[in-house]
Amino acid sequence: MEGLERIVREHPFFAGLQDAFLSLVHTCAKNVRFEAGQYLFHEGEPADWFYLLRHGRVALQVTAPGRGAVTFQTMTEGEVVGLSWLIPPYRWTYDAKAIELTRAIAMDASCLRQKCETDHDLGYEMMKRFMPVLIQRLQATRLQILDVYGTP
Amino acid sequence: MSTARLDLTAAMSAGDPMVPRVARVLRRRRDGPQVFTLDIEPEEAAPAFAPGQFNMLTAFGVGEVPISLSGDPAELGYLVHTIRAVGPVSVALTRLGPGDVLGLRGPFGMGWPMLEAAGRDVVIVAGGLGLAPLRSALYRLFAERARYGKIVLLYGTRGPSDILFRREIESWRRRLDIEIEVTVDHAGSDWRGHVGVVTTLIARADFDPLHAIALVCGPEVMMRFAIAALGEAGLADDAIYLSMERNMKCAVVFCGHCQFGTVFICRDGPVFRYDRVRSLLALKEI
Amino acid sequence: MDSAQQAVVTTGGVQALFDTLKRRGYRVIGPILRDGAIIYDDITALEDLPKGWTDEQDGGHYRLHRRDDEALFGYAVGPHSWKKFLLPATQRLWSAERTEHGVAVTPEPHPIERFAFVGVRACDLNAIAIQDRVLIGGAQVDPRYQRRRQGAFIVALNCGVAGGTCFCVSMHTGPKATGGYDLALTELIGDREHCFVVDVGTDEGSAVLAELPHRSATSEEVAAADAVVAHTSASMGRVMHSDDVHDLLLRNLDHPRWDEVATRCLTCGNCTLVCPTCFCTTVEESSNLDGSRTSRSQRWDSCFTMDFSYIHGGSVRPSGRSRYRQWMTHKLATWWDQFGTTGCVGCGRCITWCPVGIDITEEVAAIRSTEPQ
Repeated sequence: MEGLERIVREHPFFAGLQDAFLSLVHTCAKNVRFEAGQYLFHEGEPADWFYLLRHGRVALQVTAPGRGAVTFQTMTEGEVVGLSWLIPPYRWTYDAKAIELTRAIAMDASCLRQKCETDHDLGYEMMKRFMPVLIQRLQATRLQILDVYGTP
Repeated sequence: MSTARLDLTAAMSAGDPMVPRVARVLRRRRDGPQVFTLDIEPEEAAPAFAPGQFNMLTAFGVGEVPISLSGDPAELGYLVHTIRAVGPVSVALTRLGPGDVLGLRGPFGMGWPMLEAAGRDVVIVAGGLGLAPLRSALYRLFAERARYGKIVLLYGTRGPSDILFRREIESWRRRLDIEIEVTVDHAGSDWRGHVGVVTTLIARADFDPLHAIALVCGPEVMMRFAIAALGEAGLADDAIYLSMERNMKCAVVFCGHCQFGTVFICRDGPVFRYDRVRSLLALKEI
Repeated sequence: MDSAQQAVVTTGGVQALFDTLKRRGYRVIGPILRDGAIIYDDITALEDLPKGWTDEQDGGHYRLHRRDDEALFGYAVGPHSWKKFLLPATQRLWSAERTEHGVAVTPEPHPIERFAFVGVRACDLNAIAIQDRVLIGGAQVDPRYQRRRQGAFIVALNCGVAGGTCFCVSMHTGPKATGGYDLALTELIGDREHCFVVDVGTDEGSAVLAELPHRSATSEEVAAADAVVAHTSASMGRVMHSDDVHDLLLRNLDHPRWDEVATRCLTCGNCTLVCPTCFCTTVEESSNLDGSRTSRSQRWDSCFTMDFSYIHGGSVRPSGRSRYRQWMTHKLATWWDQFGTTGCVGCGRCITWCPVGIDITEEVAAIRSTEPQ
């Protein structure tokens, strides 16, 4: 699994993570690939895995009657897809669909949650990495809902 | 003996700044939902303009509004304006067709800092219709490409159907000497590009913040968020320029409408260096 | 001006002044009493002046009373200022006509109107100079204002009475007229002959004086004129410590006093109408039914309206608080940044004509005394 360990270490999300934690983390990881048009997960499914994108683009979508699938965000190389695994009930609230060939590191959510429970220092390192993502996304989402380009 | 009256000979103006010249529409193009671009030709020679300036356009019998110049400053003979039809005057202007007549005053205002940009990376952040006055700057940058460092265009708008100048953006992409990222606030499933606010593109763009200049234009809220993101990316307040908008009736500092704290948008703007207006932007209802 | 050249005229000389100005082709404008106020309009004779009247002014209060003498100028300023004539409330800018070739635009002809303003107070002289800076002192010149301004002959009047809301002394704009006039009069009345000490300001002023019955002023008369000015200076109705106002207001844009004044301000705009320096205008387009003839006119506007700052579907200043703040900070603070002078001449009109008596001097004092440290 040495190749996978290197891939995990090199992903921007884990930048600066100590080797001891990296070896804990990579045992929850696997390499995955999605073809264009393939779904990573669907709304309502259990949030068993989340994804650190290495290459490609994923659209986060919600489908509404009459509107079809609306993409409200895209994620690309270096970014994280999937945050709902952090909080109960651990279910996805939207669809994630690869719109190009996408390679990612899939992280086993329950594996990582258990390791964080056992080792709180690891847990804190994970939280330090997820908090900025959450807050930046919240700030961006606020600007998005203001619909500033809308016709007055 | 002192004179009571001012030395009015010095103050004699060449003409009346409130009277429009007559111009004619050469071409009309639809560039987006309710967005039209008019190429207009004044009866006398078209005046030269700097990117970022604006004209006051009159729809006779309806009224007059300020519209940014969106064309190539090197293209003499006609003037290009991209207009969004939102009120009675802009609707009337966008209904004009080739051969129709309108009124023209200008150009007015302070434009984009093309001189200060020399030798630096140029980051252009455009939101919605804000791409129109920035397009003028882009033409100038392309015309003198070697004078500038990296050029990055980050453009955000509401949805794919709102993207302005689509074909032109594709032709710019083919140039290879400019990085272009387009994003939309939301999209349907046939959009393969970015979805998300334009500020999220700033952190990932390739430029040297210590030797860059940013030109920002769009809705005021979007500009505030973009400026914050540019600051986080390492740009100093005096390296960021934005284009402001306020109600305008005369464009020549007579009517008082376009005041923004200590400055007049028509004379001191519409383009401002951020450090000059930073404290004003933080105030509400100014 | 050398005081040896000061002259004296009697009331007969003032009548002769009107006649001379009229003969020289001026339209003579001066104070008259109408509808319970002293306003500015056409005059031809001494009888037109509010002889023997004075005014009582306070916040939201204006009353006229009879004096116990027959002074011609024994009152302060009323609701009109000279902008009524120099920057008229409405004027057409241009008209356009559709032709078979397009549209022909014709600027509205505005003939030079030669006004002679009689009784211009020092505050108003400063106000005229301030509007000159805005309208003809910048990169662009308003030709309509310029034509009206260049023809104007100004007879200033050094106030013998300080109004209840006056604070020209605080603003360093009076009560003595120090420049910007052709002739300046100081009325002497009381236990003496009713006469006027005359200062000459220009060559034309000198020429006009030469046509009036006059004599040289004695040193006693000059001293009496100085005493009138000194008395007026000492009886100002209001005070504003004005030297620090620019910085004071610009660092207190979120002071709670703005909320307080907003509970009183009706945003009626009276202050902007009576203020002699307020210059804001708007334009209006009009058209005949088939659009073949259109025109644009300019008219006075006020920053107190919701429309004034309308953009993108709403007003930038929807609250009364922000609109009052805009007016007061423009007048006292940002005018300096924009034009290099204050916008306020201390005439007190905004205080007198505010229906709820908001007092700009009191507002400044309140902010200064409760400034967060």
